[in-house]
Amino acid sequence: MLAKDAATSTQPQLEARAVHLWRGEKHLLRGVSFALHAGELLQVVGPNGVGKTSLLRSVAGLLPVEAGEIFWQGQPLPAANDDYHRELAYLAHVNGLKSDLTALENLRFAVSIRRDVTTEELRDTLQLLRIESCSDLPVRALSAGQKRRVALARVMLTRASLWILDEPITNLDKAGIALFEARIADHMRQGGMILTAAHQLLLQGQPGVRTLELQ
Amino acid sequence: MSSVQTTPGLSKILMLVMARDLRLAVRHWDQVLQPLIFFVIVTTLFPLAISPALDELRKISPGVLWVAAMLASLLALESLFRPDVEDGTMEQWVLSGQPLSLLLLAKTATHWLLTGLPLVLMAPIVGTALGMPQSVWPVLAGTLALGTGSLSVLGAIGAALTVSVRRGSVLLALLVLPLEMPVLIFGARAVDLAMHGEAVAGPLNLLAALLLFFVSLGPFAMAAAMRISVES
Repeated sequence: MLAKDAATSTQPQLEARAVHLWRGEKHLLRGVSFALHAGELLQVVGPNGVGKTSLLRSVAGLLPVEAGEIFWQGQPLPAANDDYHRELAYLAHVNGLKSDLTALENLRFAVSIRRDVTTEELRDTLQLLRIESCSDLPVRALSAGQKRRVALARVMLTRASLWILDEPITNLDKAGIALFEARIADHMRQGGMILTAAHQLLLQGQPGVRTLELQ
Repeated sequence: MSSVQTTPGLSKILMLVMARDLRLAVRHWDQVLQPLIFFVIVTTLFPLAISPALDELRKISPGVLWVAAMLASLLALESLFRPDVEDGTMEQWVLSGQPLSLLLLAKTATHWLLTGLPLVLMAPIVGTALGMPQSVWPVLAGTLALGTGSLSVLGAIGAALTVSVRRGSVLLALLVLPLEMPVLIFGARAVDLAMHGEAVAGPLNLLAALLLFFVSLGPFAMAAAMRISVES
């Protein structure tokens, strides 16, 4: 993977070098390396339990790696964590939404601790994902797919340049996937980067879209 | 792409977290009331179990009130971080690029407003039922206000450590109660002294000092503990 990237002259924004990770007795990641440049989408694929989520959590800085290094804009993590996290939007299996708050309230709190945001902006993003009708409903009343869309709206609203998404299209219907692919393409066009764990590949065959297979 | 984003100031973040938690509490008011009801019930058990004679109750009332307040505050800890960790909000906070210690301190402060302050306000009424003279009310409320603050911060450190442990509440009690003993000793002692008409400045000052100490260093311990808990 690294050899292929060396051909491109620009420095990678995000780079992992020989990352090793154990979970208990299990040697999960055995020297995983990758590089992510501006405007790229890297999809981590592999069977269940191979360590896709653990890799994403490590790269996000939630899980310290036991060997190897991760660099953000040339700076080693976790030393550069605060700058890095301001440029990072992370979406896990769980949506990170409070079920007692409405979709709009959830987004407002989640986004406002990172940047100032207006209600119109929140509503516009909900509309982009076709869930504007849910904006004033408590999240507990939404379907699984609608909740996922609200969580994706949060990712979009953080204005982060790097999105780390753990199976982002879980529970989304076909229309939802198409909508989300359009947002991803948009994000890449603006120079953003996306790292996902996926069973179903997004934007297959498009420029800047690559896969990383874990074994 | 990486345009400079205006990040909100620290005081604004404090307000945001507190506003969010207060809003959640309004929608969960039954859970918020639990520690207070527990406090009232436990204290009413003593007249039934020991003796309804106010002379006897008066002697033990400072200890009874303080132990009940301590256990009520312990009971309340279960709801402090667990919901946020379980629904993934805490991970988002860890990755928010904002100081986690500040976010957790704001949460703990709100938690004290919702579970500690009601105890402070209710204690004089319960104390009267145990034969406590009215003259002791200010000291009782004062010690509880300072003391429950310390209990909240100490408890929050323990809660952050045990939040990823299944059925961690017993572990939490074992971890936190021994650390809380100085607060109990000075708190109950101050109320006892006040009932005998003696000076209470000493234990009150010590309670205030403990609170300052815990509030200044506690958030860093909370944040460190929470980072470990979120890893798993």
